[in-house]
Amino acid sequence: MLGEGILKGLAETAKNFAGSFVSAERLTTVQYPEQRIAPIEATRDFPFLVYDGNDWEAGMRCVACQICEKECPPKCIYIVKSADKKPDALGKPQFYPARFDIDISVCMSCQICVEVCPFEAIKMDTEFELSTTDRFGGLLFDRKELAKSNEHYHKIHPTEAAEVDARLAAQKVKSDAKSDAALAAAAAKAAAPAKPVPAAASPATKPEGGEEKP
Amino acid sequence: MIENADQIFVLLKHWAVGFLPAGWQGIAGVILSVVAILVVFPSLFAVAVWMERKGLARMQNRIGPNRVGPIGLLQPIADAVKSLTKEDIVPLRADAVVHFMAPVALVVVVFMGIAVLPMGRNMTFVSMDAGLLFFFAMGASTELSVFMAGWSSRNKYSLLGAMRGVAQMISYEVPLLMSSVAVVMITGSLSLDKIVEAQNQYTWGLPHWYIFTPWGLAAFLMYATAATAETNRSPFDLPEGESELVAGYFTEYSGFKWALFFLGEYVGMLSISGLGTTLFLGGWSSPFAFLGWVPSWFWFFSKVMMSIAVFIWIRGTLPRLRQDQLMNFAWKFVIPFTLLDLAVAALWRFMSDGWARWVVCSAILLLAYALMGGVSMSRKHLGLRTYRYAE
Repeated sequence: MLGEGILKGLAETAKNFAGSFVSAERLTTVQYPEQRIAPIEATRDFPFLVYDGNDWEAGMRCVACQICEKECPPKCIYIVKSADKKPDALGKPQFYPARFDIDISVCMSCQICVEVCPFEAIKMDTEFELSTTDRFGGLLFDRKELAKSNEHYHKIHPTEAAEVDARLAAQKVKSDAKSDAALAAAAAKAAAPAKPVPAAASPATKPEGGEEKP
Repeated sequence: MIENADQIFVLLKHWAVGFLPAGWQGIAGVILSVVAILVVFPSLFAVAVWMERKGLARMQNRIGPNRVGPIGLLQPIADAVKSLTKEDIVPLRADAVVHFMAPVALVVVVFMGIAVLPMGRNMTFVSMDAGLLFFFAMGASTELSVFMAGWSSRNKYSLLGAMRGVAQMISYEVPLLMSSVAVVMITGSLSLDKIVEAQNQYTWGLPHWYIFTPWGLAAFLMYATAATAETNRSPFDLPEGESELVAGYFTEYSGFKWALFFLGEYVGMLSISGLGTTLFLGGWSSPFAFLGWVPSWFWFFSKVMMSIAVFIWIRGTLPRLRQDQLMNFAWKFVIPFTLLDLAVAALWRFMSDGWARWVVCSAILLLAYALMGGVSMSRKHLGLRTYRYAE
């Protein structure tokens, strides 16, 4: 009969109304600033730049290749490539970002910058309490504000960070092996005509890179 | 003492007015009553907003506002401060005068409707012989303000919302009026005071409210449906459907003007509940004869607030209708049923007092309800949706 569904619905909401006073486990919300729910591991909001070691400027993985800047759908990234080069984690001299700005008021948290980055340099953060009274400057993060340590990355996304570290370690082993091989070859070449020089090419004191292109 | 509690506001007014010279007493009394209405109804609006936010939250298993004041009671004040301090934006190409007039027109008209409601024994601000007619004249004017708002904003969402609003309000104005006409037929008067007096009688301690008669119950249900649509409340809130029209006809309003719309909407709800209370729920009369000592204004306002609670309950329950469903429901079910109810009310009036008219009237109405509900509202078109042009 007409109206039956309405009555059923009214009964349902009445049950929920009364139930929310009786049983506390019905209430699904938490009182936010005092109570917090631990974020799930896949939480993401805005990107940050990963650095290794303690010095954010020296350890920054970003090489200012500008792929993320070009791929960013809302164009919230602004990068100025450095004039000089400095060695990266693998020891190769690379450019570094002289400026790296992200306007998080524009960012849409799509993670495309993370997906396209070949250097594992940009990752998604979980920090969301970013409100500010300065609508323009306060939401425009420069590279210093964006730089966060690898430890921070491990803390917020442990599984993902471990995978990234494994990948980077494998890369490093490969590149070390390559440079070792190149070094050995160079040493052999040098040893052939002249007297054999003790090529003290231990992995620990690997050359500052760059002389031999792999 | 008890008589004093019942008439306390009337006596207070006379006492206050008594300080003035005789020539001034008339106008001072009017001003006092107006001020009282302008204080009481916005306060009830604040309470209704609080009830709505808390009630809806509880229906969704949330707590609702609980920061401002004890159990969030001061939330309406915080909301008011927020609204009043917001920037008042008028779109560049809007018709500024009409844009400004629309919320004012709404609030003025809504408060004028309240003037004829009997809020207690001897507590009608303007005791008009054609009070019901006046109320509906004022109520129908809210459509004007809706259309003014939508048209002057020069915004497609506003205009769409206004078009929907006007179509809906005109469609549901008809059953709203016709369900009230049944009451007028039985009472034989358009005066709201007389309508309440007619219901303020008791048999075995039970009141003669019109809702306790077959035709009255049917008329009340139709009235409640039409009133929900008339005040643009869920499930008939298409004119402001936020999922498709941003905010409908008041999309382009902010700050104080928006607050006026909000106020007008809620006071409209209060006044239409007040009229429903007057027509079907016995107005200010008490629900049992032995509770007759409780002040009459208490009964009126508690009945109004109960109606608001039901509005909120329905809002928490039902999803929004589609435009064609809304119109079909009005023209194919509600209006024919109210027409039939008019005939049944006439039958009730001319059949002799006794159990026979109860049986006959109930049978006719139940049969009609089942038939019309089954036939005209059957979902025979339910199924895969087909498109004529889009494929």
